[in-house]
Amino acid sequence: MKKKQCVAMLLAGGQGSRLKALTTTVAKPAVSFGGKYRIIDFPLSNCTNSGIDTVGVLTQYQPLVLNEYIGTGESWDLDRKNGGAHVLAPYQAKRGARWYEGTANAIYQNIQFLNKYDSEHVLILSGDHIYKMDYSRMLAQHIDTDADITIAVIDVPMDEASRFGIMSYDKTKKIFDFAEKPKEPKSNHASMGVYMFKKDVLVRMLTEDDEDPDSEKDFGKNIIPKMLKLNMRVFAYQFEGYWKDVGTLKSLWEANMDLLGLEPVFALDGDAWKIYSGNNAYPPALFMKEGSASDSIVTEGDIIAGKVVHSVIGEGVTIEEGAVVENSVIFSGSVIGAGSRISYAIIDENVTIGKNCVLGDKKSSPDRIALVGRDTVLPDGTEIESGSVTEAE
Amino acid sequence: MKTLGIIFSNIHERDIPELTKVRTLASVPFGGRYRLIDFVLSGMVNSGITNVGIITKYNYQSLMDHVQSGKNWDLSRKNGGLTILPPFSEDAGGGVFTSRFEAIKSVASYIRHNEADYVVMADCDVICNLDFAPAIAEHERKGADITMFYREKNVADTDYERLIVETGEDGRIVKTCGIEGAKGVHKVYTDFMIITRRLLLYILDHSAQWGISSFSRDILSNVREYKIYGYELDGYCVAVNSLADYYAHSMELLNPEVVRELFYKGGAGIYTKVRDSVPAKFTDTAKVTNSMIADGCLIEGEVANSIIFRGCRIAKGAKVTNCIIMQDSVVESGSTLNCVIMDKDAHVLDNRLLSGHPTHPYYIEKEGTI
Repeated sequence: MKKKQCVAMLLAGGQGSRLKALTTTVAKPAVSFGGKYRIIDFPLSNCTNSGIDTVGVLTQYQPLVLNEYIGTGESWDLDRKNGGAHVLAPYQAKRGARWYEGTANAIYQNIQFLNKYDSEHVLILSGDHIYKMDYSRMLAQHIDTDADITIAVIDVPMDEASRFGIMSYDKTKKIFDFAEKPKEPKSNHASMGVYMFKKDVLVRMLTEDDEDPDSEKDFGKNIIPKMLKLNMRVFAYQFEGYWKDVGTLKSLWEANMDLLGLEPVFALDGDAWKIYSGNNAYPPALFMKEGSASDSIVTEGDIIAGKVVHSVIGEGVTIEEGAVVENSVIFSGSVIGAGSRISYAIIDENVTIGKNCVLGDKKSSPDRIALVGRDTVLPDGTEIESGSVTEAE
Repeated sequence: MKTLGIIFSNIHERDIPELTKVRTLASVPFGGRYRLIDFVLSGMVNSGITNVGIITKYNYQSLMDHVQSGKNWDLSRKNGGLTILPPFSEDAGGGVFTSRFEAIKSVASYIRHNEADYVVMADCDVICNLDFAPAIAEHERKGADITMFYREKNVADTDYERLIVETGEDGRIVKTCGIEGAKGVHKVYTDFMIITRRLLLYILDHSAQWGISSFSRDILSNVREYKIYGYELDGYCVAVNSLADYYAHSMELLNPEVVRELFYKGGAGIYTKVRDSVPAKFTDTAKVTNSMIADGCLIEGEVANSIIFRGCRIAKGAKVTNCIIMQDSVVESGSTLNCVIMDKDAHVLDNRLLSGHPTHPYYIEKEGTI
């Protein structure tokens, strides 16, 4: 088997509990986004577009939807004979069975996978972010600087810096200071959770870390600080462009809204960097006589007989006559009953909203999103207040 | 019952010369994201037919680009799957075939090396969501040699090349004749048939000896010698045999009942080549009513009673009414279009005023600029 230059490991096992009902039955990377995508489409498409054809997807929390979605990896052109997409779930071994305990431990438990491909470098990714990034440029810098680890950084507003891992680096991009979620950040260079390791270094660090009983088995908390302490070659790769952590309902809503408009904050198209996704056999969107869409995204399979304003509508959604959907995100397969009014809501997959329902109220805002969980059926005339969470029984 | 599907990609091509100038009939775009072949091909796949040969004639590059390995129809298989059958006919002196019968004869070895019990033959001009399985079951139950699919329809709006059939008790066809001179409602043959594979090979092997050179004249009309049954296609099923037909049937897609029947019947979808387009975007100046809009479109202007294919842009201030705008075409601001068919990658510049009529839509060729 020909040796690979770089293999990616995608951490997709997180629960994402701040997304509330959206992640009751699916892992965060499988949450819908932008009409026809799921969050994981972004790192997977980035890999394909960057020439990385081998991706281990580490799953743990509620993996069913995610496993089915990834399938053979075909949607992202990752159904390769040598390489491709592999779903890596925790497994039982001679020494016993362990769940993935922390980001570093998840990779540690799959050292066999890394050894099998024996690539020179390993890219660690997370399945929580919306961004387009050319990892091959990061790899080029990583090789140029002969780094042991290269950490992708993005500059964030100073007042948000304490939510991230914050780094300081010198002119050569060598990092001399790293603090995980510092109270008083020394810079605004935030870690994107994207790490490029020399494979041998990664294996050594993970093995040592696993033997350390005091370690939390986390890249940000343990591995990186230790590498700095050992004065290893730790470098920053400065990323410029759109990058959004969609870990909360508000940020997920905002990221969807960032797609709207003629000159959107984040453009899905208009460049060669295509985002791929699992494709369903839906006909184009059908607008009825009274149907309309303004400042919105509408996807194939939709039947629009109501009014859609400043919203993102997923695949196969029916919006009946007289219904008004404003400032909302509707995932695939849902039905919005005639005469219903939806404002500042996120509606998960396959929800049925009856006729003349009202979601949201005067207090509705991006901070008070009404959430309706997957497969929920709301009877006619249901009223739901802003900021509430409604789940199927 | 194993079944082999054979699709004729080019027959009826001459009926719509505008759209088939640059492509084969099979790859004529239809319904915002599909090609005509998608309907019959998906129908076969949804009926459990996993072995499909596509007979090609001229200009089939666009078809090969569309079907590729057959993956999108789940026809990329170790056993069988999709096969493109390039044109070659010994009867035509090593050139391309000139009739349906010659075409089938030219692929006799493909049919011979298949283990199917039955062969389903179909053309690409018919738009329907057809489940072949019940028809094949009936063919088997009746011990038929041939099953001909027909629709009851007024022959006035049917093209003259077709056959009409008369059925007797239990659906056996008692008479087959040409359409010329007929009036009123008849059972019109759709050029879809099921034929028992052994019989087909037997006929092909002896065709020279028996003087057989045409399906319609020498086989389908010979209702005494062959056990031929009829199978009625119900539900939405239309043929595209002129640009006006193409226009009219495209516009029928604006009826949600038609959409439900054509794209969702029995949970069976219509598959097509995946393009990974982004969803359609509508700006705050967009006005859309009674229209079908595919992924990848950017709608800033007004669209009414129209079909807009993937990747089109309707600029601010443009008005598009009763139109069919194919893939990646652009209508610039201030232009007004009525009853226009824009082929792929066409471009209407600023402030143009174009209009056709539903029976004579104004056609802009592929990559044309107005």
